[in-house]
Amino acid sequence: MKRISTVVIGAGQAGLAMSHGLTRHGIPHVVLERGRVAQSWRTERWDSLRLLTPNWQSRLPGHAYVGDDPHGFMSMPQVIDFLDAYARAGNVPVAERTTVTSVTAQGDGYRVDTDRGAWRCRNVVLASGACNRAAVPACAAGLPDAIDQITPLAYRNPAQLAPGGVLVVGASATGVQLAAEIRAAGHEVTIAAGEHIRMPRHYRGRDIQWWMERAGIHATPIEEVEDPNRARRLPSLQLIGSHADQFADLNGLRARGVQVVGRLAGLRDGVAQFSGALANHCALSDLKMNRLLAACDAWAEREGPADLPPVERFEPTAVPAAPRLSLDLAGGAIRTVIWATGFRPDHSWLHLPVFDRKGRLAHRGGLVAPGLYTLGLPFMRRRNSALIDGVGADAAFVADHIANTRGRLAA
Amino acid sequence: MNPQTAIAAAPVNNGVNTEALIGARGAFEQAPEAAQFTFRGTCDWIEGTYSRNAINGFFGLGQEHERTRTFGIESDHPAVFAAADRAPTPPEIVLSALASCLTAGVAAVAQHRGIQLRAVRATVEGDMDVQGILGMDPDIRNGFSAIRVAFHVDADASRDDIAALVAQSQKRSAVFDILTNPTPVAVTVA
Repeated sequence: MKRISTVVIGAGQAGLAMSHGLTRHGIPHVVLERGRVAQSWRTERWDSLRLLTPNWQSRLPGHAYVGDDPHGFMSMPQVIDFLDAYARAGNVPVAERTTVTSVTAQGDGYRVDTDRGAWRCRNVVLASGACNRAAVPACAAGLPDAIDQITPLAYRNPAQLAPGGVLVVGASATGVQLAAEIRAAGHEVTIAAGEHIRMPRHYRGRDIQWWMERAGIHATPIEEVEDPNRARRLPSLQLIGSHADQFADLNGLRARGVQVVGRLAGLRDGVAQFSGALANHCALSDLKMNRLLAACDAWAEREGPADLPPVERFEPTAVPAAPRLSLDLAGGAIRTVIWATGFRPDHSWLHLPVFDRKGRLAHRGGLVAPGLYTLGLPFMRRRNSALIDGVGADAAFVADHIANTRGRLAA
Repeated sequence: MNPQTAIAAAPVNNGVNTEALIGARGAFEQAPEAAQFTFRGTCDWIEGTYSRNAINGFFGLGQEHERTRTFGIESDHPAVFAAADRAPTPPEIVLSALASCLTAGVAAVAQHRGIQLRAVRATVEGDMDVQGILGMDPDIRNGFSAIRVAFHVDADASRDDIAALVAQSQKRSAVFDILTNPTPVAVTVA
């Protein structure tokens, strides 16, 4: 069995940033990666996806975007190149094609089993991502066999879908993006929208991510949030990595002929039932957007640049007068259901008592247990913890914590 | 507005003990089984479409609860349905339940957010095509085709803050959820 101070699991942006921090402290470590660097970006993303943050905001410790399109949005090949370059520049000790099968406690540290042998270590950093599994509701099991089901992890482009109607369940960034491109490919599309958050791509002449950074919204620490569990569960903002439209919202989808219905409440006798709460979900979304814009405006008033265009407010989301409440799935109108209902991390190999009653990894700002850390989860320490731009500060914190506690101890 | 500063400036009192409710959240986090409640009532037929419900006991916090008094809710049909009109119709009671639930929610959320209420009135309407309940047209449902609730809130708050109160109240309302989402209903004969 190999021995080392620290094992990092996953060579995406979180694991690579973690390696940077450990190297800074001179802490021996290895980064175990089931595939290649940036594996999830290579294999679990749809073709048209671009980052929701502009290029200038792609910053990791010791690494940043240097191209000639700072306001553009990286495609997946560009993200992969960006992370490959980071791994090369940092000489990161990545063990590729090494799948972790089990993490258990052993002595004062941990034992990490892989399909290529075992490691003994003092510290483990879970950097394997927040989106390993699609969170599909239980009612999916009741769909008629004639209907194809697909999650965003397997979806690539509209060409892989059978001809016919598509029901997209979920209206976060994923749901609105897929609904728009599948509709543009000629399918009849229905989108079921529960809680969602509408947001303009650009506001008062600047990208919304510029506003969220400058107004201090991205850096909000979890301690300042009234309900951390709720903050961590919020759906992603309805954004797309493109400047073509100001909104990727339900209004835009309806204008393109997408039918908007309420949250999928369940299936009964082959009939999909949609919540009658669509109007309130849209009202909550507009209120959330306006609160965020008001916070941005308040910051701009105090300390923003003088040349900003004036305050804008937007027409509220238009709700259908009588939204559809049910849809007979046996009737042939729907051929494919896409579960854009969120993602969960996969910790099935983590054999330690570190989960809460809902099966979620319990942690305080990334500290799971002595010598056990996590990275890259939504709002882990700050609002942008799950973003490429946010994971660096968290990784630096964890590296400092390891260095100050048990980093130099041999396994 | 910042609830903390509002509370410091003048104590807000809408008569809702939000501290107890927040304490309950903490307790249920530790013991989620205590959050399992069962509500119930009995309904006795009196005559015609006239009936009377008695509501008293419920189960919650791991045990049975008995109130000191039993509440009664009567129901009947109006004269235009050839009935004696001795009490509201069941669908009107449903509308009332929705309005009461949302109104209680507005008060609770306002208390939590440090907003003093002066007056709150909810006006509720439900549209029904009675060809459904008369069995005349299978394409027409029995229940409401649409429900509208209009809130008039007089409070020390901006229009957006009041809209947020009403939206949050819907989000946390039991009756709003009961009406907007399907519920399995089992009716048996003892």
